[in-house]
Parts: sequence; structure tokens; C-alpha cells
Amino acid sequence: MLKKSSLMVAVAAVALGGVTAEAVARDKIRIVGSSTVYPFATVVAERFGKGSKFQTPVIESTGSGGGLKLFCAGVGVNHPDITNASRRIKKSEFNNCQKNGVKGITEFKIGYDGIVIANSKKAKRLTLTRKDIFLALAKVVPEGNKDGGKLIPNPNKTWKDVNPSLPALKIEVLGPPPTSGTRDAFAELALEGGCKKFKSIAALKKTDRKKYKAVCHGVREDGAYVEAGENDNLIVQKLEANPDALGVFGFSFLDQNSDKVQGSIVDGVTPTFENISAQKYPVSRSLFFYVKKAHIGQIPGIKEYVQAFMDAKASGNDGYLGDKGLIPLPAGEYKKYQAAAKTLPDLKM
Amino acid sequence: MSDTIAETPTVMIPDQKDRIARRLGRRHAAEKRFRIYGIVAIGFALAMLAFLLTTIVWNGYSAFFKTYVQIEIHLKKDEIAPGGRIDRAVLAKADYQTLLRESLIEKYKPEGRRARRRLTGLVSIGAGEYIRDFVLANPSVVGTTQSIWVPASADIDQLVKGGIDRNLPETSRRIKNDQLAILTRWEKEGRVETRFNTGFFTQGDSREPEQAGIWGALAGSFFTMIVTLLLAFPIGVATAVYLEEFAPKNRATDLIEVNINNLAAVPSIVFGLLGLAVFLNFFELPRSAPLVGGMVLALMTLPTIIISGRAALKAVPPSIREAAYGLGASRLQVTTHHVLPLSMPGIMTGTIIGMAQALGETAPLLMIGMVAFVVDIPGGPTDAATVMPVQIFLWADSPERAFVEKTSGGIIVLLAFLITMNALAIVLRKRFERRW
Repeated sequence: MLKKSSLMVAVAAVALGGVTAEAVARDKIRIVGSSTVYPFATVVAERFGKGSKFQTPVIESTGSGGGLKLFCAGVGVNHPDITNASRRIKKSEFNNCQKNGVKGITEFKIGYDGIVIANSKKAKRLTLTRKDIFLALAKVVPEGNKDGGKLIPNPNKTWKDVNPSLPALKIEVLGPPPTSGTRDAFAELALEGGCKKFKSIAALKKTDRKKYKAVCHGVREDGAYVEAGENDNLIVQKLEANPDALGVFGFSFLDQNSDKVQGSIVDGVTPTFENISAQKYPVSRSLFFYVKKAHIGQIPGIKEYVQAFMDAKASGNDGYLGDKGLIPLPAGEYKKYQAAAKTLPDLKM
Repeated sequence: MSDTIAETPTVMIPDQKDRIARRLGRRHAAEKRFRIYGIVAIGFALAMLAFLLTTIVWNGYSAFFKTYVQIEIHLKKDEIAPGGRIDRAVLAKADYQTLLRESLIEKYKPEGRRARRRLTGLVSIGAGEYIRDFVLANPSVVGTTQSIWVPASADIDQLVKGGIDRNLPETSRRIKNDQLAILTRWEKEGRVETRFNTGFFTQGDSREPEQAGIWGALAGSFFTMIVTLLLAFPIGVATAVYLEEFAPKNRATDLIEVNINNLAAVPSIVFGLLGLAVFLNFFELPRSAPLVGGMVLALMTLPTIIISGRAALKAVPPSIREAAYGLGASRLQVTTHHVLPLSMPGIMTGTIIGMAQALGETAPLLMIGMVAFVVDIPGGPTDAATVMPVQIFLWADSPERAFVEKTSGGIIVLLAFLITMNALAIVLRKRFERRW
């Protein structure tokens, strides 16, 4: 039993040393949350660290759900100060926060992220509708691709099967796995958006909500949709190698690789900076971060970081986050959140 | 076989001889085939390894180089030192980035906001620091116009290194025509240079590819490994010695042995969950700290050290123990004076291999918050830090094109580290190895 007891001694010894170290207040802001917001928050944090007297915040990419869980776990130096999210906080998460004593939360909307369906520049740009996307990728579709048809496992093999105006290319879409926030957003915005166009399915929403969600969010598993991992760079590389395939990823990757891939037109709108900003492009979502007010004053620099983030130089129309692929908010909404950076109003749900 | 029995012996003899010869031929052929399979398998593995290494080096070697451009900048006295007083404190605080931007705009006079951004986007956002260092080194230059070498932005760097094709149509190129025109002009004037990227080895992480370095992650890995070694080595060796030399052989020790062997096969993420529950939530140790990372990895490495340690102790011949006992040594003396020193090379090999494994680990660190963006170089085991494999993962996930080469560059550094550790294991084994 030597191993166990000596291990306990060692753990206890190290732990004691650690606890005394931790008792001293933290001097770095801790941020957790969405991997979609991560590339933007890190840029702000780095510039904030270099341009102010405060230390550079430490940012973890935990996913929106994981981040909110950590954020709502409590108040104190062991809990993060800010969490990023690629969706709005849920009522249940908000309640969890309240229960754990995290009372004052301020919400900031920072901009939009478009999700694109792209293919290699070697191939022709596709013009799709959300309905086409649903029919091509859903697990079950109405028989004959017609409204009111019986729901059957997706029989569509080529894009031509989905919509006669599309080329007779095999359906092959590379996209993120179910653990990804991008996938959730894609299912909600693109698939459900197309799914709702079928009146018979839309009617389900009222009668059988569960089934409606399963039909509209279910992605086919017969090989037409390839889960290509969380790495969007990899998807871009694969698209280059295979001009017949399509890929689903965030707008910033399209922006960075505009020499290799092109975004398909969805519902008549090309995924460009301008179109997403004007909210014309249908497959886009809002990005947020949440601040724990109880930590302001305890951890140095939180208020200053928030103001640096909401500054026009960062998230404004011509800000440096735009260069990184963040699509800014429309002016009116942006003003509201800029003001919030000074007043820090409580979020109410 | 039943019809051979039915045959008559006179016919059987020549037939049997023939069959034996044929069977022998088949057996030889089978052996030959087996050898060919083996060689093909090894050849395939080697080809794959060669492919992997060549692609990594091919993609990554350019990360060790960085493009610099020489910029003419007017070091305006009233902007650097508004009070007119020139001392270090004033010089260190001035906003050189803005000064650089203004100099560029004055010279090339771009029209419109977008064009201005494209122009100032030619140089790195960290260029101001280079100008500051230059001014601090020779304060007399304030008020004059100087030509200073500053790093180019990542996009320009990629273009110069050939990562972006200049002949593409403008719409599908990240570098626009006006930027390309200025760059071509600079190149003609000899104002563009590619130098060794020392920053890659001295700086921490950054979201600007041209400023990102591996040093922060290397330091994090170093602190983590120190904690792992300090915990795992003494505990592991003590456990191995006790179990092998002192412990009675009974059910309890058998159970411990089985458990240690099982622990060696537990997926590493489980140790991360344990670390989250025990070290972070119960002992309230800081998140993202190499201290906790080292403790978690020590738990993961322990079974490897114990198992290899026991094997090394077992390999010491009993005659040594018996001779020592014969001379009147106590059990402790036999162990500490003879058995343990003789088994040390084996134990060390096992430890180094265990450590090398821990060095490449990311999954358990995810749970304790070491998968994070950390710019500052950690100064000790309680500072927030990340480790090398995590850094590589974070770079691989970044949208900026220039991070592709950084990823491979990071892999080269990690591989060099691992090869050094494994080479050390081989040297130690060869040096102290004894044949009985």
C-alpha cells in the first residue's frame, strides 16, 4: 500500500503549496466558451494585453455549453469572469447561474458569423436554396421530395435528384461532427430553414415537437454527409483535392481561403461580408459574450477589456476583428451594446 | 487422406517421395513469402514515415523564416516626445505603430479607408516594437527620417515565400493589386528580405501568425514535465522496489499488480477527469497551471514507470542478491547498494519513455484548462500555461493561412524534443547496460 499512501502525501503536500498560491487574488482575466468566438476574443485579448497596463487574459476554447457551465458554477477566483457563446444563453443556463449565486450578468452581442457551403474554385459555383440543402442532407425526407409525402429515408443520390436545375453531381458534403456548435447552427439555420418550407412538416411543430426536431435536425448517415472533424482547415484542403465535394464551415475560413474555395449562393444570396452584415444571407448566427459583474473590481481589467472589445477599433464597422472574419452588427444595435459596456446592465430573462 | 491408405505400398513409395519434395517446396515458398510480407510491411511503414516527415518538413521549414521590409519612417519629434524632453521613459511610451502608419500613408497617399487599411496592412501590427527598440538604441534619431527593417504582415510573408500565387485574379487573392504594386516596388529596391525567424523560438503565442512563437508552450511543457518527473519518478521507483523486493506475495499484492497493469491501459482523458474532480474542484488548485498538468500526467506516467521498473529489478540476477546476503548485508542494503543501482538503466529508460509519452499528451490537459490561449510566457508552475502539442492543435485550428506552416514548424520542434529524449534513453541504456 506504499504507492497509495505516498501518493496521498505527495498530493497533499503539493496541494497545500497550491492553495496558498491561489489564495492570492488572480491578476489575469479568465475567459472560457465558444470555439467560434475564440479566434476573435483572442485577438482582442492579445491587443488588450499589449496596449494596457493589464495582463493578457487567458482564453480557453470549451464550446458554448461548456463555457456557460463553468461560468455559472459560482463566484470567486476559481471561476471564469467571462464566457463566449455562439448562441444566446438558455433560460435553464440562466437559472443555473442564479442558483449558484451568479446574479449580475451582462450580455454583449459582438457580431455575426456566417456558415458557408463551399466548393473548390475548380468547380462551378452552386446556387442552392435551403430546401435543396435539407433535401440533400436530411436523414428523412418526404417521398418524391414533395410536400405531404410520407417521410422516407433520404433516397437522393445526386444534386439533380434534389433539384432538376442542379448538376448531376454526387451529393458529398464535408462538415463538422455533432459535437460542434457550427453543426448545431447549421442544422438550425440551414436544415430547419429548408424543412419548414414543407407545410406537412411545419405542421408537426405544433402537434409533435420532438418529431419535428428529429426530422428537421437529423443529418443523413449513409455517407453523403462526411463528418470531417472540427478542423475547418482540413475541410478546405479536402475540397481542393476533390472538386465534386462541398464543405460546411465558418465564414472566416472562406475569407482566408478565397483563392481556393467559393461559397455557394443560398436562397439567392452570396456569402459575402456585406450580405451577412446586412442579414441578407440566411445561414448566419449571432455571437455573444457574458460578463460576471461580481468579478468587476475583484479581478483587474474586466471593464477595460469589455470596453476594448466593444470599441469601434475592434468590433466596429472597420475594426480589426473584421479582418479576422467577424461580421459587425448593424449601427443601431452596435450603439446599444457600446453603451452597455459603460453601464453594464443586468441581463433579464 | 483416406484414399492414400487404400493404395498399395509399391505405388506409394515414389509417390510419397514426390509429395514430400513438393511439400518441402511449398514450405520453402511459404517461408519466402512470409519474409517478403515482412519486408513489404516494414518498407510500407518506412515509406509512410518518410512521407510524413517530408510533408511536415516541407510545410514547416518556412516557419523558421520571416519576411522583413525596410520602411522609411519620419520619426516626428513632436509626436514621439510631445514635451520636447527626450528620455527613455518618454521614448518607450510613444505610439510608433501610428507613426509608421502615418509615414506610409504620407508616402503612398492611398484613397479611401479600405485602400488605407490595405496599405497599413503590409506591415505587422508588431512593427511598432521594432521601431521603439531602434529609437531606444539610438535616441539621437528622433526628428529625422530613417529606414528601419520591420516584419511584414503574415499575408505579405506568405506571398514572398510563395504560399500565395501572384498570378491569380485579384478577386481571389488576399493581396490586392495596389498592395502587390508597392511590394514589387520594394522588392526592386531591395527593401524586402527573408531572415531567420528568431521570434518563433523566443515569443509566446499570438493571433498574428508573424508574431506567434513556440517559446511559451515550450516553457509550459518544461514546467509540466518537471512536476511530472518530481512526482512520478520517486513514487514510481519506490513502488516498484517495494513490490518487487519487499512485499509478500499474497492476494493483496496480486490485486495491486493487476490494478497497476490495468491503469497503464486506461485512456488518458480519464486521468484528466480525475484531475478536474480532485485537484481543481476539491483542492481548488488554479486552472491551466503546469502544476496541475504535471500532477495529472504524473498519475498517467506512474504505471509505465512502475511496470518498467519492476521488469528492470527482476532482470538483476539472483546471484548478486545472494552474494550480498552471504556477506551479511541487510535486505535494505542489498536493495539500495546493489540491486537498485544495477537496475537503474532499465528504470531510467522506462521513465524517459513514459515522460516522452506524457510530453505528447493533450487529452487530459483539456479537462484542466490547459488548452488555452496564453500569450505571456509562464514564469513558474502556477502561472497559466499551455504545452507544445496543445499549441500545435490550436494553430492547426486557426483560420489564418500562415498558421499552416506554424503548425508544421511546431511539430518539427516537438519531434526534435522527442527524438532527443528517446536518444537520451538509448545512450543511458547503452552506457550503463550490463550483460550477465
